Amino acid sequence: MNLQDFNPTEEKDTRSGFGAGLAELGKRDDRVVALCADLIGSLKMNAFADTYPDRFFQAGVAEANMIGMAAGLTIGGKIPYTGTFANFSTGRVYDQIRQSVAYSKKNVKICASHAGLTLGEDGATHQILEDIGLMRMLPNMCVINPCDYYQTYNATLAINEWDGPVYLRFGRPKWPMFTTKDQPFVIGKAWKINDGQDVTIIATGHMVWYAILAAKELENQGVTCDILNMHTIKPIDRDAILDSVSKTKCVVTAEEHNIHGGLGDAVAQVLSQNFPAPQEYIAVNDSFGESGKPKDLLKKYGLDVSDIVRASKKVLERK
Amino acid sequence: MSNTQQLENLASQIRRDIVRMVHSASSGHPGGSLGCADFFSALYGSVMRFDASNFDMDAKGEDVFFLSNGHISPVWYSTLARHGYFPVSELGTFRQIDTRLQGHPTTAEHLPGIRMASGSLGQGLSVAIGAALAKRINGDDGIVYTLHGDGELQEGQIWEAAMSAPHHKIDNLIATVDYNNRQIDGDVSDVLSLGDLNAKWVAFGWIVLESEGNNMQSVVDTFAKAKSLLGQGKPVVVLMKTEMGAGVDFMMGTHKWHGVAPNDEQLARALEQLEETVGDY
Repeated sequence: MNLQDFNPTEEKDTRSGFGAGLAELGKRDDRVVALCADLIGSLKMNAFADTYPDRFFQAGVAEANMIGMAAGLTIGGKIPYTGTFANFSTGRVYDQIRQSVAYSKKNVKICASHAGLTLGEDGATHQILEDIGLMRMLPNMCVINPCDYYQTYNATLAINEWDGPVYLRFGRPKWPMFTTKDQPFVIGKAWKINDGQDVTIIATGHMVWYAILAAKELENQGVTCDILNMHTIKPIDRDAILDSVSKTKCVVTAEEHNIHGGLGDAVAQVLSQNFPAPQEYIAVNDSFGESGKPKDLLKKYGLDVSDIVRASKKVLERK
Repeated sequence: MSNTQQLENLASQIRRDIVRMVHSASSGHPGGSLGCADFFSALYGSVMRFDASNFDMDAKGEDVFFLSNGHISPVWYSTLARHGYFPVSELGTFRQIDTRLQGHPTTAEHLPGIRMASGSLGQGLSVAIGAALAKRINGDDGIVYTLHGDGELQEGQIWEAAMSAPHHKIDNLIATVDYNNRQIDGDVSDVLSLGDLNAKWVAFGWIVLESEGNNMQSVVDTFAKAKSLLGQGKPVVVLMKTEMGAGVDFMMGTHKWHGVAPNDEQLARALEQLEETVGDY
Protein backbone atom coordinates (compact mmCIF):
# COMPACT_ATOMS: atom_id res chain seq x y z
CA MET A 1 0.00 0.00 0.00
CA ASN A 2 1.30 3.42 -0.95
CA LEU A 3 1.86 5.74 1.97
CA GLN A 4 -0.21 8.51 0.38
CA ASP A 5 -3.14 6.06 0.25
CA PHE A 6 -3.48 6.02 4.04
CA ASN A 7 -6.47 8.32 4.36
CA PRO A 8 -8.73 6.83 6.99
CA THR A 9 -12.11 8.48 7.31
CA GLU A 10 -13.32 6.72 10.43
CA GLU A 11 -12.11 7.05 14.01
CA LYS A 12 -12.73 4.74 16.95
CA ASP A 13 -11.11 4.24 20.32
CA THR A 14 -8.75 1.30 20.80
CA ARG A 15 -10.54 0.35 24.03
CA SER A 16 -13.65 -0.33 21.97
CA GLY A 17 -11.57 -2.67 19.84
CA PHE A 18 -10.69 -4.50 23.02
CA GLY A 19 -14.32 -4.67 24.12
CA ALA A 20 -15.41 -6.04 20.74
CA GLY A 21 -12.57 -8.56 20.76
CA LEU A 22 -13.44 -9.72 24.25
CA ALA A 23 -17.10 -10.19 23.31
CA GLU A 24 -16.04 -12.22 20.26
CA LEU A 25 -13.77 -14.36 22.45
CA GLY A 26 -16.63 -14.99 24.83
CA LYS A 27 -18.46 -16.59 21.95
CA ARG A 28 -15.47 -18.54 20.61
CA ASP A 29 -13.86 -19.88 23.78
CA ASP A 30 -15.69 -20.76 26.97
CA ARG A 31 -12.40 -20.88 28.88
CA VAL A 32 -12.27 -17.09 28.65
CA VAL A 33 -13.37 -15.26 31.80
CA ALA A 34 -13.16 -11.54 32.51
CA LEU A 35 -12.69 -9.41 35.59
CA CYS A 36 -13.02 -5.66 35.94
CA ALA A 37 -12.22 -3.23 38.74
CA ASP A 38 -15.26 -0.93 38.57
CA LEU A 39 -14.57 0.35 35.05
CA ILE A 40 -16.80 -1.80 32.85
CA GLY A 41 -18.00 1.15 30.78
CA SER A 42 -14.56 2.70 30.39
CA LEU A 43 -13.04 -0.62 29.32
CA LYS A 44 -16.00 -1.39 27.03
CA MET A 45 -16.50 -4.73 28.75
CA ASN A 46 -20.32 -4.40 28.84
CA ALA A 47 -20.98 -6.79 25.99
CA PHE A 48 -18.99 -9.60 27.58
CA ALA A 49 -20.35 -8.89 31.07
CA ASP A 50 -23.96 -8.84 29.87
CA THR A 51 -23.72 -11.87 27.60
CA TYR A 52 -21.63 -14.12 29.85
CA PRO A 53 -22.53 -13.17 33.44
CA ASP A 54 -21.32 -16.53 34.78
CA ARG A 55 -17.86 -15.83 33.35
CA PHE A 56 -17.62 -12.20 34.37
CA PHE A 57 -16.52 -11.00 37.81
CA GLN A 58 -16.87 -7.46 39.09
CA ALA A 59 -13.85 -7.02 41.36
CA GLY A 60 -14.69 -3.57 42.68
CA VAL A 61 -12.00 -0.99 43.37
CA ALA A 62 -9.68 -3.71 44.62
CA GLU A 63 -7.13 -4.24 41.86
CA ALA A 64 -4.66 -6.32 43.88
CA ASN A 65 -7.39 -8.81 44.69
CA MET A 66 -8.47 -8.82 41.05
CA ILE A 67 -5.00 -9.82 39.83
CA GLY A 68 -4.83 -12.57 42.47
CA MET A 69 -8.27 -13.86 41.52
CA ALA A 70 -7.24 -13.92 37.88
CA ALA A 71 -4.13 -15.93 38.72
CA GLY A 72 -6.25 -18.38 40.72
CA LEU A 73 -8.78 -18.76 37.92
CA THR A 74 -6.08 -20.19 35.66
CA ILE A 75 -5.96 -23.17 38.03
CA GLY A 76 -8.89 -25.00 36.54
CA GLY A 77 -8.05 -23.99 32.98
CA LYS A 78 -9.62 -20.56 32.67
CA ILE A 79 -8.10 -17.77 30.58
CA PRO A 80 -8.74 -14.60 32.60
CA TYR A 81 -8.76 -11.12 31.05
CA THR A 82 -8.49 -8.34 33.65
CA GLY A 83 -9.58 -4.82 32.83
CA THR A 84 -8.78 -1.48 34.41
CA PHE A 85 -6.80 1.67 33.60
CA ALA A 86 -3.13 1.15 32.73
CA ASN A 87 -1.95 2.83 35.91
CA PHE A 88 -4.01 0.50 38.09
CA SER A 89 -3.13 -2.48 35.88
CA THR A 90 0.60 -2.13 36.49
CA GLY A 91 2.09 0.22 39.07
CA ARG A 92 -0.65 -0.35 41.63
CA VAL A 93 -0.40 -4.14 41.39
CA TYR A 94 3.21 -4.69 40.39
CA ASP A 95 4.03 -7.15 43.14
CA GLN A 96 0.82 -9.13 42.59
CA ILE A 97 1.65 -9.43 38.90
CA ARG A 98 5.28 -10.22 39.65
CA GLN A 99 4.64 -13.10 42.06
CA SER A 100 1.19 -14.50 41.23
CA VAL A 101 1.24 -14.00 37.45
CA ALA A 102 4.72 -13.59 35.95
CA TYR A 103 6.86 -15.70 38.30
CA SER A 104 4.08 -18.27 38.65
CA LYS A 105 3.72 -18.19 34.84
CA LYS A 106 -0.06 -18.00 34.88
CA ASN A 107 -2.07 -17.50 31.72
CA VAL A 108 -3.50 -14.11 32.71
CA LYS A 109 -4.17 -11.35 30.18
CA ILE A 110 -3.78 -7.95 31.83
CA CYS A 111 -5.72 -5.53 29.64
CA ALA A 112 -5.08 -1.87 30.29
CA SER A 113 -6.89 1.13 28.91
CA HIS A 114 -6.28 4.88 29.22
CA ALA A 115 -2.52 4.47 28.86
CA GLY A 116 -0.31 7.45 28.21
CA LEU A 117 -0.88 11.17 27.66
CA THR A 118 -3.94 10.67 25.45
CA LEU A 119 -5.95 9.83 28.55
CA GLY A 120 -6.22 13.62 28.54
CA GLU A 121 -8.06 15.69 31.08
CA ASP A 122 -7.75 13.39 34.12
CA GLY A 123 -4.09 14.35 34.35
CA ALA A 124 -0.87 12.81 35.56
CA THR A 125 -2.24 10.58 38.33
CA HIS A 126 -3.91 8.48 35.66
CA GLN A 127 -1.60 9.03 32.67
CA ILE A 128 0.89 6.28 33.30
CA LEU A 129 4.01 6.65 31.14
CA GLU A 130 6.02 3.93 32.86
CA ASP A 131 3.88 0.86 32.30
CA ILE A 132 5.66 -0.56 29.25
CA GLY A 133 8.93 -0.43 31.14
CA LEU A 134 7.45 -2.00 34.26
CA MET A 135 5.93 -4.87 32.32
CA ARG A 136 8.90 -5.35 29.98
CA MET A 137 11.15 -5.97 32.96
CA LEU A 138 9.12 -8.92 34.17
CA PRO A 139 10.37 -12.31 32.97
CA ASN A 140 7.68 -14.36 31.17
CA MET A 141 5.66 -11.23 30.35
CA CYS A 142 4.59 -10.45 26.78
CA VAL A 143 3.94 -6.73 26.14
CA ILE A 144 1.63 -5.50 23.36
CA ASN A 145 0.55 -1.96 22.43
CA PRO A 146 -1.70 -1.96 19.35
CA CYS A 147 -2.18 1.09 17.17
CA ASP A 148 -5.85 1.36 16.28
CA TYR A 149 -9.29 -0.14 16.75
CA TYR A 150 -8.95 -3.24 14.58
CA GLN A 151 -5.40 -3.98 15.65
CA THR A 152 -6.57 -3.91 19.27
CA TYR A 153 -9.49 -6.16 18.34
CA ASN A 154 -7.14 -8.60 16.63
CA ALA A 155 -4.57 -8.43 19.42
CA THR A 156 -7.28 -9.27 21.94
CA LEU A 157 -8.04 -12.41 19.95
CA ALA A 158 -4.38 -13.27 19.37
CA ILE A 159 -3.34 -13.18 23.02
CA ASN A 160 -5.91 -15.86 23.75
CA GLU A 161 -3.70 -18.25 21.77
CA TRP A 162 -0.52 -17.16 23.60
CA ASP A 163 0.21 -19.50 26.50
CA GLY A 164 1.41 -17.20 29.26
CA PRO A 165 1.05 -13.77 30.83
CA VAL A 166 0.35 -10.82 28.54
CA TYR A 167 0.15 -7.07 29.11
CA LEU A 168 -2.17 -5.54 26.49
CA ARG A 169 -2.03 -1.74 26.46
CA PHE A 170 -4.52 0.52 24.72
CA GLY A 171 -6.09 3.92 25.10
CA ARG A 172 -9.00 6.23 25.51
CA PRO A 173 -9.29 8.64 22.53
CA LYS A 174 -10.92 8.09 19.19
CA TRP A 175 -8.08 7.52 16.77
CA PRO A 176 -7.89 7.01 12.97
CA MET A 177 -8.63 3.45 11.82
CA PHE A 178 -6.04 2.34 9.31
CA THR A 179 -5.80 -1.41 9.87
CA THR A 180 -8.49 -3.84 8.80
CA LYS A 181 -10.42 -6.54 10.58
CA ASP A 182 -8.89 -9.24 8.41
CA GLN A 183 -5.30 -8.09 8.88
CA PRO A 184 -3.43 -10.90 10.64
CA PHE A 185 -1.99 -10.09 14.06
CA VAL A 186 1.10 -12.13 14.81
CA ILE A 187 2.55 -11.63 18.29
CA GLY A 188 6.21 -10.68 18.05
CA LYS A 189 6.06 -9.91 14.33
CA ALA A 190 6.18 -6.23 13.39
CA TRP A 191 3.92 -4.87 10.64
CA LYS A 192 6.01 -3.20 7.94
CA ILE A 193 3.82 -0.31 6.86
CA ASN A 194 6.10 1.34 4.34
CA ASP A 195 9.34 0.72 2.48
CA GLY A 196 11.82 3.56 2.32
CA GLN A 197 15.56 4.12 2.08
CA ASP A 198 16.59 6.95 4.34
CA VAL A 199 15.19 6.54 7.86
CA THR A 200 13.54 3.78 9.87
CA ILE A 201 10.66 4.91 12.04
CA ILE A 202 9.60 2.36 14.64
CA ALA A 203 6.39 3.25 16.45
CA THR A 204 3.92 1.67 18.79
CA GLY A 205 0.35 2.44 19.88
CA HIS A 206 -1.24 5.73 18.88
CA MET A 207 2.13 7.01 17.66
CA VAL A 208 1.99 4.69 14.65
CA TRP A 209 -0.56 6.99 13.01
CA TYR A 210 1.66 9.99 13.69
CA ALA A 211 4.60 8.08 12.21
CA ILE A 212 2.57 7.57 9.01
CA LEU A 213 1.70 11.27 8.87
CA ALA A 214 5.33 12.21 9.48
CA ALA A 215 6.55 9.81 6.79
CA LYS A 216 4.08 11.31 4.31
CA GLU A 217 5.44 14.75 5.01
CA LEU A 218 9.03 13.53 4.76
CA GLU A 219 8.22 11.83 1.47
CA ASN A 220 7.02 15.16 0.12
CA GLN A 221 10.38 16.58 1.13
CA GLY A 222 12.25 13.76 -0.60
CA VAL A 223 13.04 11.62 2.44
CA THR A 224 11.72 8.08 2.32
CA CYS A 225 11.03 6.04 5.46
CA ASP A 226 10.69 2.47 6.51
CA ILE A 227 7.85 2.35 9.02
CA LEU A 228 7.56 -0.52 11.45
CA ASN A 229 4.48 -0.90 13.59
CA MET A 230 6.07 -2.52 16.63
CA HIS A 231 2.85 -3.60 18.30
CA THR A 232 4.69 -6.25 20.31
CA ILE A 233 7.35 -4.67 22.46
CA LYS A 234 8.28 -7.95 24.13
CA PRO A 235 9.27 -10.27 22.59
CA ILE A 236 10.52 -7.64 20.17
CA ASP A 237 10.91 -8.37 16.47
CA ARG A 238 14.69 -8.31 16.32
CA ASP A 239 14.85 -9.40 12.69
CA ALA A 240 12.52 -6.64 11.50
CA ILE A 241 14.60 -4.00 13.31
CA LEU A 242 17.92 -5.28 11.97
CA ASP A 243 16.63 -5.79 8.42
CA SER A 244 15.41 -2.24 8.27
CA VAL A 245 18.18 -0.39 10.11
CA SER A 246 20.93 -2.27 8.28
CA LYS A 247 19.44 -0.65 5.17
CA THR A 248 18.64 2.87 6.43
CA LYS A 249 21.47 3.08 9.00
CA CYS A 250 19.41 5.21 11.39
CA VAL A 251 16.22 5.03 13.42
CA VAL A 252 13.57 7.10 15.14
CA THR A 253 11.43 5.41 17.77
CA ALA A 254 8.04 6.81 18.78
CA GLU A 255 5.96 5.88 21.79
CA GLU A 256 3.47 7.40 24.17
CA HIS A 257 5.65 6.57 27.15
CA ASN A 258 8.51 7.84 29.22
CA ILE A 259 11.85 7.89 27.40
CA HIS A 260 13.09 5.37 29.97
CA GLY A 261 12.27 1.71 29.67
CA GLY A 262 9.90 1.63 26.72
CA LEU A 263 10.01 0.87 23.00
CA GLY A 264 13.00 3.13 22.37
CA ASP A 265 15.11 1.29 24.90
CA ALA A 266 13.97 -2.08 23.58
CA VAL A 267 15.06 -1.07 20.06
CA ALA A 268 18.33 0.43 21.35
CA GLN A 269 19.08 -2.83 23.12
CA VAL A 270 18.77 -4.79 19.88
CA LEU A 271 20.79 -2.27 17.87
CA SER A 272 23.59 -1.69 20.37
CA GLN A 273 24.30 -5.40 20.49
CA ASN A 274 23.97 -6.12 16.80
CA PHE A 275 24.12 -3.05 14.59
CA PRO A 276 24.91 0.21 16.41
CA ALA A 277 23.17 3.09 14.66
CA PRO A 278 22.10 6.66 15.45
CA GLN A 279 18.73 6.74 17.17
CA GLU A 280 16.36 9.54 18.14
CA TYR A 281 13.66 9.01 20.75
CA ILE A 282 10.15 10.41 20.44
CA ALA A 283 8.95 9.90 24.00
CA VAL A 284 8.09 11.89 27.09
CA ASN A 285 11.30 13.29 28.46
CA ASP A 286 11.28 11.80 31.97
CA SER A 287 8.36 13.75 33.33
CA PHE A 288 4.78 13.22 34.41
CA GLY A 289 1.94 14.45 32.24
CA GLU A 290 -0.85 16.90 33.02
CA SER A 291 -4.46 17.72 32.18
CA GLY A 292 -5.38 18.77 28.66
CA LYS A 293 -6.76 17.62 25.33
CA PRO A 294 -4.97 14.51 24.05
CA LYS A 295 -3.51 16.08 20.90
CA ASP A 296 -2.50 19.24 22.75
CA LEU A 297 -0.65 17.09 25.27
CA LEU A 298 1.13 15.11 22.56
CA LYS A 299 2.27 18.41 21.08
CA LYS A 300 3.37 19.92 24.40
CA TYR A 301 5.38 16.82 25.36
CA GLY A 302 7.21 16.52 22.05
CA LEU A 303 5.18 13.68 20.54
CA ASP A 304 3.64 15.57 17.61
CA VAL A 305 3.95 14.69 13.94
CA SER A 306 6.31 17.64 13.49
CA ASP A 307 8.53 16.23 16.24
CA ILE A 308 8.88 12.95 14.35
CA VAL A 309 9.71 14.87 11.16
CA ARG A 310 12.33 16.93 12.99
CA ALA A 311 13.83 13.87 14.71
CA SER A 312 14.02 12.05 11.37
CA LYS A 313 15.95 14.87 9.77
CA LYS A 314 18.24 15.09 12.75
CA VAL A 315 18.99 11.38 12.77
CA LEU A 316 19.67 11.52 9.01
CA GLU A 317 22.39 14.06 9.67
CA ARG A 318 23.94 11.85 12.31
CA LYS A 319 24.47 8.93 9.90
CA MET B 1 -3.42 -47.22 66.08
CA SER B 2 -6.13 -44.53 65.93
CA ASN B 3 -6.25 -42.11 63.06
CA THR B 4 -5.44 -39.26 65.42
CA GLN B 5 -2.39 -41.14 66.70
CA GLN B 6 -1.21 -41.69 63.11
CA LEU B 7 -1.58 -37.99 62.36
CA GLU B 8 0.36 -37.10 65.50
CA ASN B 9 3.11 -39.52 64.53
CA LEU B 10 3.40 -37.93 61.11
CA ALA B 11 3.43 -34.47 62.70
CA SER B 12 6.40 -35.53 64.82
CA GLN B 13 8.27 -36.73 61.74
CA ILE B 14 7.41 -33.50 59.90
CA ARG B 15 8.84 -31.54 62.84
CA ARG B 16 12.07 -33.55 62.64
CA ASP B 17 12.21 -32.84 58.91
CA ILE B 18 11.70 -29.12 59.51
CA VAL B 19 14.53 -28.66 61.97
CA ARG B 20 16.88 -30.86 59.93
CA MET B 21 16.09 -29.00 56.69
CA VAL B 22 16.55 -25.56 58.22
CA HIS B 23 19.71 -26.65 60.02
CA SER B 24 21.13 -28.13 56.84
CA ALA B 25 20.41 -24.98 54.85
CA SER B 26 21.58 -22.74 57.71
CA SER B 27 18.55 -20.63 56.90
CA GLY B 28 14.78 -20.82 56.78
CA HIS B 29 11.80 -20.39 59.04
CA PRO B 30 11.43 -23.09 61.73
CA GLY B 31 9.09 -21.29 64.19
CA GLY B 32 5.89 -21.03 62.14
CA SER B 33 6.66 -24.32 60.42
CA LEU B 34 6.75 -26.19 63.73
CA GLY B 35 3.62 -24.43 64.95
CA CYS B 36 1.69 -25.60 61.87
CA ALA B 37 2.98 -29.19 61.71
CA ASP B 38 -0.19 -30.61 63.27
CA PHE B 39 -2.38 -28.66 60.83
CA PHE B 40 -0.40 -29.91 57.82
CA SER B 41 -0.42 -33.48 59.06
CA ALA B 42 -4.20 -33.35 59.47
CA LEU B 43 -4.83 -31.44 56.24
CA TYR B 44 -3.01 -33.89 53.98
CA GLY B 45 -3.57 -36.92 56.22
CA SER B 46 -7.31 -36.71 56.70
CA VAL B 47 -8.95 -33.50 55.48
CA MET B 48 -8.05 -33.06 51.81
CA ARG B 49 -8.77 -35.17 48.75
CA PHE B 50 -5.85 -35.30 46.33
CA ASP B 51 -3.82 -37.51 44.03
CA ALA B 52 -0.12 -37.13 44.78
CA SER B 53 0.93 -39.73 42.23
CA ASN B 54 -0.47 -37.75 39.33
CA PHE B 55 0.00 -34.06 40.00
CA ASP B 56 -2.46 -31.97 38.01
CA MET B 57 -1.98 -28.19 38.00
CA ASP B 58 -5.69 -27.74 37.29
CA ALA B 59 -6.62 -30.01 40.24
CA LYS B 60 -9.72 -31.33 38.48
CA GLY B 61 -11.85 -33.18 41.03
CA GLU B 62 -9.26 -32.56 43.74
CA ASP B 63 -9.00 -30.26 46.71
CA VAL B 64 -6.41 -27.50 46.45
CA PHE B 65 -4.19 -25.94 49.08
CA PHE B 66 -2.41 -22.56 48.85
CA LEU B 67 0.26 -21.56 51.36
CA SER B 68 -0.08 -17.80 51.46
CA ASN B 69 2.61 -17.32 54.12
CA GLY B 70 5.19 -18.99 51.91
CA HIS B 71 8.07 -18.61 54.36
CA ILE B 72 6.91 -21.67 56.29
CA SER B 73 7.77 -23.74 53.24
CA PRO B 74 9.67 -26.42 55.27
CA VAL B 75 6.47 -27.77 56.82
CA TRP B 76 4.75 -27.87 53.42
CA TYR B 77 7.68 -29.48 51.62
CA SER B 78 7.98 -32.15 54.31
CA THR B 79 4.24 -32.85 54.18
CA LEU B 80 4.21 -33.07 50.39
CA ALA B 81 7.17 -35.43 50.36
CA ARG B 82 5.72 -37.58 53.15
CA HIS B 83 2.56 -37.95 51.06
CA GLY B 84 4.41 -38.99 47.94
CA TYR B 85 4.48 -35.84 45.83
CA PHE B 86 8.26 -36.18 45.48
CA PRO B 87 11.01 -38.28 47.12
CA VAL B 88 11.69 -37.50 50.77
CA SER B 89 15.42 -37.55 49.97
CA GLU B 90 14.87 -34.27 48.12
CA LEU B 91 14.14 -32.54 51.44
CA GLY B 92 17.91 -32.45 51.93
CA THR B 93 18.22 -30.02 49.01
CA PHE B 94 16.07 -27.31 50.66
CA ARG B 95 17.43 -23.82 49.84
CA GLN B 96 20.50 -25.25 48.08
CA ILE B 97 21.47 -24.15 44.58
CA ASP B 98 19.60 -25.95 41.77
CA THR B 99 16.92 -27.20 44.16
CA ARG B 100 13.21 -27.48 43.43
CA LEU B 101 12.69 -26.67 47.11
CA GLN B 102 13.25 -22.92 46.88
CA GLY B 103 13.32 -20.80 50.03
CA HIS B 104 9.76 -19.80 49.25
CA PRO B 105 7.44 -22.06 47.22
CA THR B 106 7.39 -21.62 43.47
CA THR B 107 5.91 -23.14 40.36
CA ALA B 108 9.06 -22.19 38.44
CA GLU B 109 10.85 -25.41 39.43
CA HIS B 110 7.81 -27.60 38.70
CA LEU B 111 7.75 -29.17 42.14
CA PRO B 112 4.65 -31.38 42.32
CA GLY B 113 2.13 -30.11 44.83
CA ILE B 114 2.82 -26.40 44.29
CA ARG B 115 0.37 -24.39 42.18
CA MET B 116 1.39 -20.81 42.95
CA ALA B 117 4.44 -18.93 44.09
CA SER B 118 4.13 -17.32 47.51
CA GLY B 119 6.40 -15.42 49.82
CA SER B 120 5.40 -11.83 49.23
CA LEU B 121 2.58 -11.84 51.75
CA GLY B 122 -1.13 -11.23 51.36
CA GLN B 123 -1.76 -12.72 47.92
CA GLY B 124 -2.94 -16.25 48.62
CA LEU B 125 -6.53 -15.51 49.58
CA SER B 126 -7.19 -13.70 46.30
CA VAL B 127 -5.66 -16.61 44.40
CA ALA B 128 -7.81 -19.06 46.36
CA ILE B 129 -10.97 -17.12 45.50
CA GLY B 130 -10.03 -17.34 41.82
CA ALA B 131 -9.43 -21.09 42.08
CA ALA B 132 -12.74 -21.48 43.94
CA LEU B 133 -14.55 -19.59 41.16
CA ALA B 134 -12.92 -21.81 38.54
CA LYS B 135 -14.19 -24.86 40.40
CA ARG B 136 -17.67 -23.36 40.52
CA ILE B 137 -17.67 -22.70 36.78
CA ASN B 138 -16.34 -26.19 36.09
CA GLY B 139 -18.93 -27.88 38.33
CA ASP B 140 -16.01 -29.30 40.33
CA ASP B 141 -16.88 -30.14 43.94
CA GLY B 142 -13.26 -29.85 45.15
CA ILE B 143 -12.57 -27.59 48.12
CA VAL B 144 -9.97 -24.81 48.19
CA TYR B 145 -7.87 -24.40 51.36
CA THR B 146 -5.44 -21.67 52.34
CA LEU B 147 -3.15 -20.91 55.24
CA HIS B 148 -2.17 -17.39 56.32
CA GLY B 149 0.03 -16.04 59.06
CA ASP B 150 -1.65 -13.70 61.51
CA GLY B 151 1.05 -11.11 60.83
CA GLU B 152 0.17 -11.48 57.15
CA LEU B 153 -3.31 -10.15 57.90
CA GLN B 154 -1.70 -6.72 58.17
CA GLU B 155 -1.52 -6.71 54.35
CA GLY B 156 -4.33 -4.69 52.79
CA GLN B 157 -4.92 -7.19 49.98
CA ILE B 158 -6.13 -9.75 52.54
CA TRP B 159 -9.04 -7.48 53.37
CA GLU B 160 -9.81 -6.82 49.71
CA ALA B 161 -10.08 -10.58 49.36
CA ALA B 162 -12.00 -10.95 52.62
CA MET B 163 -14.58 -8.50 51.25
CA SER B 164 -14.65 -10.18 47.87
CA ALA B 165 -15.26 -13.84 48.82
CA PRO B 166 -18.64 -13.39 50.53
CA HIS B 167 -19.70 -10.94 47.81
CA HIS B 168 -19.13 -13.65 45.21
CA LYS B 169 -20.82 -16.20 47.50
CA ILE B 170 -17.71 -18.35 47.60
CA ASP B 171 -18.69 -21.40 49.63
CA ASN B 172 -16.07 -23.92 48.60
CA LEU B 173 -13.23 -22.21 50.43
CA ILE B 174 -11.77 -22.77 53.91
CA ALA B 175 -9.13 -20.24 54.91
CA THR B 176 -7.03 -20.80 58.00
CA VAL B 177 -5.16 -18.23 60.05
CA ASP B 178 -2.11 -19.38 61.99
CA TYR B 179 -3.04 -17.37 65.05
CA ASN B 180 0.16 -17.50 67.08
CA ASN B 181 0.44 -13.76 67.79
CA ARG B 182 4.07 -13.78 66.61
CA GLN B 183 5.79 -12.06 63.71
CA ILE B 184 9.40 -11.18 62.92
CA ASP B 185 9.64 -8.05 65.02
CA GLY B 186 7.69 -9.35 68.02
CA ASP B 187 4.16 -10.03 69.13
CA VAL B 188 1.52 -9.20 66.54
CA SER B 189 -0.40 -7.30 69.20
CA ASP B 190 2.65 -5.04 69.68
CA VAL B 191 3.72 -4.69 66.04
CA LEU B 192 0.28 -3.90 64.58
CA SER B 193 -2.67 -5.18 66.54
CA LEU B 194 -5.34 -7.18 64.73
CA GLY B 195 -8.01 -6.13 67.22
CA ASP B 196 -11.03 -8.40 67.53
CA LEU B 197 -10.12 -10.75 64.71
CA ASN B 198 -13.14 -13.02 65.08
CA ALA B 199 -15.50 -10.03 64.89
CA LYS B 200 -13.65 -8.65 61.85
CA TRP B 201 -14.14 -11.81 59.81
CA VAL B 202 -17.77 -12.06 60.92
CA ALA B 203 -18.29 -8.44 59.87
CA PHE B 204 -16.83 -9.23 56.45
CA GLY B 205 -19.40 -12.01 56.03
CA TRP B 206 -17.43 -15.15 56.82
CA ILE B 207 -18.34 -18.16 58.94
CA VAL B 208 -15.70 -18.16 61.67
CA LEU B 209 -14.47 -21.21 63.58
CA GLU B 210 -11.79 -21.40 66.22
CA SER B 211 -9.39 -24.27 66.72
CA GLU B 212 -6.52 -25.34 68.95
CA GLY B 213 -3.90 -25.85 66.28
CA ASN B 214 -1.53 -27.93 68.36
CA ASN B 215 -4.22 -30.33 69.50
CA MET B 216 -4.73 -32.92 66.77
CA GLN B 217 -8.25 -33.84 67.80
CA SER B 218 -9.26 -30.18 67.82
CA VAL B 219 -7.79 -29.68 64.33
CA VAL B 220 -9.51 -32.77 62.93
CA ASP B 221 -12.85 -31.88 64.52
CA THR B 222 -12.67 -28.24 63.40
CA PHE B 223 -12.06 -29.10 59.77
CA ALA B 224 -14.80 -31.72 59.76
CA LYS B 225 -17.13 -29.01 61.01
CA ALA B 226 -15.75 -26.46 58.53
CA LYS B 227 -16.46 -28.82 55.63
CA SER B 228 -20.00 -29.37 56.88
CA LEU B 229 -20.61 -25.61 56.71
CA LEU B 230 -19.63 -25.27 53.04
CA GLY B 231 -22.16 -24.94 50.23
CA GLN B 232 -24.25 -22.35 52.04
CA GLY B 233 -23.18 -19.23 50.17
CA LYS B 234 -20.43 -18.22 52.59
CA PRO B 235 -16.71 -18.90 52.95
CA VAL B 236 -15.29 -20.34 56.16
CA VAL B 237 -12.26 -19.12 58.09
CA VAL B 238 -10.59 -21.04 60.90
CA LEU B 239 -8.73 -19.00 63.52
CA MET B 240 -6.23 -21.63 64.59
CA LYS B 241 -4.37 -20.88 67.80
CA THR B 242 -0.86 -22.28 67.65
CA GLU B 243 2.41 -21.91 69.48
CA MET B 244 5.29 -20.76 67.29
CA GLY B 245 8.04 -23.37 67.61
CA ALA B 246 5.63 -26.00 68.98
CA GLY B 247 7.38 -29.25 69.85
CA VAL B 248 10.81 -27.76 70.56
CA ASP B 249 10.91 -26.22 74.04
CA PHE B 250 13.57 -23.58 73.45
CA MET B 251 11.85 -22.34 70.28
CA MET B 252 8.52 -21.75 72.06
CA GLY B 253 7.33 -18.67 73.91
CA THR B 254 9.22 -16.24 71.69
CA HIS B 255 9.18 -14.74 68.20
CA LYS B 256 12.94 -15.19 67.90
CA TRP B 257 12.79 -18.48 65.99
CA HIS B 258 10.65 -17.01 63.22
CA GLY B 259 13.49 -17.11 60.73
CA VAL B 260 16.62 -18.42 62.41
CA ALA B 261 18.32 -21.78 61.83
CA PRO B 262 19.46 -23.94 64.75
CA ASN B 263 23.17 -24.68 65.12
CA ASP B 264 24.49 -28.24 65.57
CA GLU B 265 23.95 -28.30 69.31
CA GLN B 266 20.48 -26.80 69.06
CA LEU B 267 19.57 -29.30 66.35
CA ALA B 268 20.57 -32.18 68.64
CA ARG B 269 18.51 -30.75 71.47
CA ALA B 270 15.52 -30.29 69.17
CA LEU B 271 15.72 -33.82 67.77
CA GLU B 272 15.85 -35.29 71.28
CA GLN B 273 12.37 -33.86 71.80
CA LEU B 274 10.89 -35.09 68.50
CA GLU B 275 10.25 -38.77 68.02
CA GLU B 276 11.40 -40.33 64.75
CA THR B 277 8.20 -42.10 63.77
CA VAL B 278 8.21 -42.75 60.04
CA GLY B 279 11.96 -42.51 59.50
CA ASP B 280 14.27 -39.60 58.76
CA TYR B 281 15.02 -38.69 55.16
